[in-house]
Amino acid sequence: MKKIGVFVCHCGVNIKDTVDVEKLTEQLAIYPGVTYIENYMFMCSDPGQNMIKKAIKEKKLDGIVVAACSPTLHESTFQNAVEEIGLNKYQLEVANIREQCSWVHNNIQEATRKADLIIKTAIEKLKLNESLKPVSAPLTKRVMVIGGGIAGIQAALDIADGGYEVVLVEKKPSIGGHMIQLSETFPTLDCSQCILTPKMVQLGKNKKVTLYVNSEVESIDGFMGNFKIKIKRKPQYVDPDICTMCGDCTDVCPVVVHSEYDEGLSWRRAIYVPFPQAIPASFTIDTENCLGFEPIACGECKKVCQAEAINYDVKTEFFEEEIGAVIIATGFDLYPVENIAEYGYGKYPDVLNGLQFERILSATGPTGGEMLRPSDGKVPKEIVFIQCSGSRDPERHKSYCSRICCMYTLKHAKLYKHKVHDGQPYIFYIDIRSGGKRYEEFIQQAVSEEGIVYIRGKVAKVYKKGDKMIVHGMDTLTGKKVEIEADLVVLAQSIVPSEGVEKLIKTLKLSSDDSGFLMEAHPKLRPLESLQSGFYLAGAAQGPKDIPDSVSQASGAAAKILALMSKDEIQHEPIIAVVDENMCSGCGICIGTCPYGARILDENKVAIVNDILCEGCGACISACPSGAAQQKNLTDDQINNMIRVILS
Amino acid sequence: MKLPYYPGCTLKANARHFEKSAIQAMEKLDFQLVEMKDWVCCGTVFSMTSDDLMLQLASVRNLLRAEKQNLKELIVLCSMCYNTLKRANDFIVKDKGNLEKVNNFMYKENLTYSGKIEIYHLLSILKDRIGFSVIAEKVKKKLSALKIGAYYGCLLVRPEELAIDNFEDPSIFEDLISTLGGESLDFAYKLECCGAYQTVTKKDVSVKRVYEILNSARESGCEAIVTSCPLCAYNLDFLQKDVEEEYLDFNRIPVFYFTELMAVALGCGWDKNWSSLHFTDPEPLLREKGLI
Repeated sequence: MKKIGVFVCHCGVNIKDTVDVEKLTEQLAIYPGVTYIENYMFMCSDPGQNMIKKAIKEKKLDGIVVAACSPTLHESTFQNAVEEIGLNKYQLEVANIREQCSWVHNNIQEATRKADLIIKTAIEKLKLNESLKPVSAPLTKRVMVIGGGIAGIQAALDIADGGYEVVLVEKKPSIGGHMIQLSETFPTLDCSQCILTPKMVQLGKNKKVTLYVNSEVESIDGFMGNFKIKIKRKPQYVDPDICTMCGDCTDVCPVVVHSEYDEGLSWRRAIYVPFPQAIPASFTIDTENCLGFEPIACGECKKVCQAEAINYDVKTEFFEEEIGAVIIATGFDLYPVENIAEYGYGKYPDVLNGLQFERILSATGPTGGEMLRPSDGKVPKEIVFIQCSGSRDPERHKSYCSRICCMYTLKHAKLYKHKVHDGQPYIFYIDIRSGGKRYEEFIQQAVSEEGIVYIRGKVAKVYKKGDKMIVHGMDTLTGKKVEIEADLVVLAQSIVPSEGVEKLIKTLKLSSDDSGFLMEAHPKLRPLESLQSGFYLAGAAQGPKDIPDSVSQASGAAAKILALMSKDEIQHEPIIAVVDENMCSGCGICIGTCPYGARILDENKVAIVNDILCEGCGACISACPSGAAQQKNLTDDQINNMIRVILS
Repeated sequence: MKLPYYPGCTLKANARHFEKSAIQAMEKLDFQLVEMKDWVCCGTVFSMTSDDLMLQLASVRNLLRAEKQNLKELIVLCSMCYNTLKRANDFIVKDKGNLEKVNNFMYKENLTYSGKIEIYHLLSILKDRIGFSVIAEKVKKKLSALKIGAYYGCLLVRPEELAIDNFEDPSIFEDLISTLGGESLDFAYKLECCGAYQTVTKKDVSVKRVYEILNSARESGCEAIVTSCPLCAYNLDFLQKDVEEEYLDFNRIPVFYFTELMAVALGCGWDKNWSSLHFTDPEPLLREKGLI
């Protein structure tokens, strides 16, 4: 029989105040199997750990129960401690008498009795625990980044710089994301394209980076370190290697559609370059609008292409990539103005969202950088910015703060003033959130020197009167109604997860929060990782974020991956399913039950377990009608013994 | 088919033409508005001033009496009565404690209220029970060429839980107007408050509101306004006298109650007596458009 040592932690007063640890020690000392027992103020401290190590050595213990906090907190601390002294870490059990006992009770007698039972179940489980070794699996040293905005670009460059191959998958025809659409960036007002395009070029030229544009992840197999990811690439119908970028095709294309790059404020043809600095630099055909797929109807571009780069017969292609880890950097979209009735459902041409205003400010935008409003091309003399449009509104829209709008709205107002000196910007706000480095100074300078008027309050209604947009609002500082006859209204729409990310989350089996943003493994301590191993997060996919934060998170996630890639192989938890071949009837129920594809029938009609794929969820074990499937260190015998203790 | 109906005070006094036109129009649709017996004042604004149960008693007394008369529902014409009764009903139905307390005050009624009466505004009945397409078939005199601004005021669509339509962007009124063959024009102030009871104590507040509302409708091209609340109808119509004195650029505009337009469209004609109950007589406009 195992010689078991029990160590009861006081956790300061957290446990001791509700559980009588002295009495517990006394009672458990005589429990069958317990050869040594001790209690101490902080088991997780160095002296506490040394106490365990010393006892293992001196009393020759071969099983340890630590009765303390939840195993999610300190199980690994104690496992490492016992391993240092040569005991297999699976001979350690943590009995949770804090979260599941002392914190939720106040009757000392009852709580002590419950703690006693919790520890006894742990002892019973431990008695039949086997010493296990981690399952090792090979590691594919190749990384996928999904999303080619600033976060994805930064992460890909960092990983490539670390010497590993990167596969970047971008849904659109070019990388660049939303940042390429921006005019200038806060708080330094440097040109967004000027700081982004060098990174895009670096990425495009980097030998370690394989770029898939017009592409999406179709399916995934495998597990951390050994993913097989299928990529679906929509054809662009123009061979980028042959295309000379002469532009003859665009000139003859008869189809005119809204430009995505200019947020619908300008027009493009069905064969087009997304924007001048696009990477890869090539024309592309927009399948949804092109008429050329029925050559009788059109085919004009193909006729004029001297390089013969256009081919309508290219089909959607599928590629399979072997990948070790994945970074999700899918970014954001703006909450549709069409959802907000009081601001006109998006039906007024002079009510813009923030990205549209960025395009008007931008030198590459629809007005060539001139401050003109869309409806009649006049210079707007009075302009109203509405912050929190759709944000911080739990009843109607999004409950969260979109974080970047206070700053970019001020930047908008400032850039507007730089272009229209006699213009008057008004900003409606709830609070001004300027927590970043040098952000507050940016705001102070604008308010004191640039004549930007801040009005604290929400706007009730925007409507058209003549050629003016009438903005009805409330100044909550004076308690008076405000009515502004504006020439242009700019809405700081809330930031929402980018379109299609929901599908990606399903495909990759990731988790998201209630707003649809990707969920981090821990909000404070593991913000760069997904809950699912092998997946890392960067940028606004995880929550609204500005450029500095997106870049920081991207580099952080890249560093995490570089640490992973530096290992020779990955180790996998051995608490997995195992099959008693003599008992297995080969019915195959487990195969359908397993969510990880880890169960297969072998040639002898025995349902075996793929150790590397098995995540130890236990689904097959409860499904197995013959009892042939067992969880290692959580067998039916162990569970029965644990139940028996509680019922005795 | 019979519809149990709660008129409220105004419809028996200054706004009696609203009731008459409603009864006539509904008859054309084969519905009979049957007035409930022994009704009292709905409680008007008192029920909104606070959550105090005492202030809900008048409303609940009506509900209880309706139940006593074996009614399952009450159809209300006045937006204010609709809002008051429904709000009081929700207030006690959602909280059993409130229901019990209120019932303790009802000892003279010899019955306790169970909370099962449903309150509907006539507009919802037109839309959901009768159906605008059915009404459209029965229109005798299409209101074509009449440009009408649908004015909701506050009580039909606020608060959100009582709203008979989308509270930020309702369309039920516009839909009714087009059902009757008229042209409904959107205007910015259609959901603004008319000033309500401020008319009594701070008339200038209401006068300014009325000017803004009517002017906004005029600017959008409306030739008339239609409303569903007798108080709005009073303010928008009778304050035009004061607006005229205050604002020199103001032009009078007729204000209809929706049932009046229904009566005209469904072929009941226009009762001469109704004209005298308006400040700005709508009759010339109806004549000009050849509707009477």
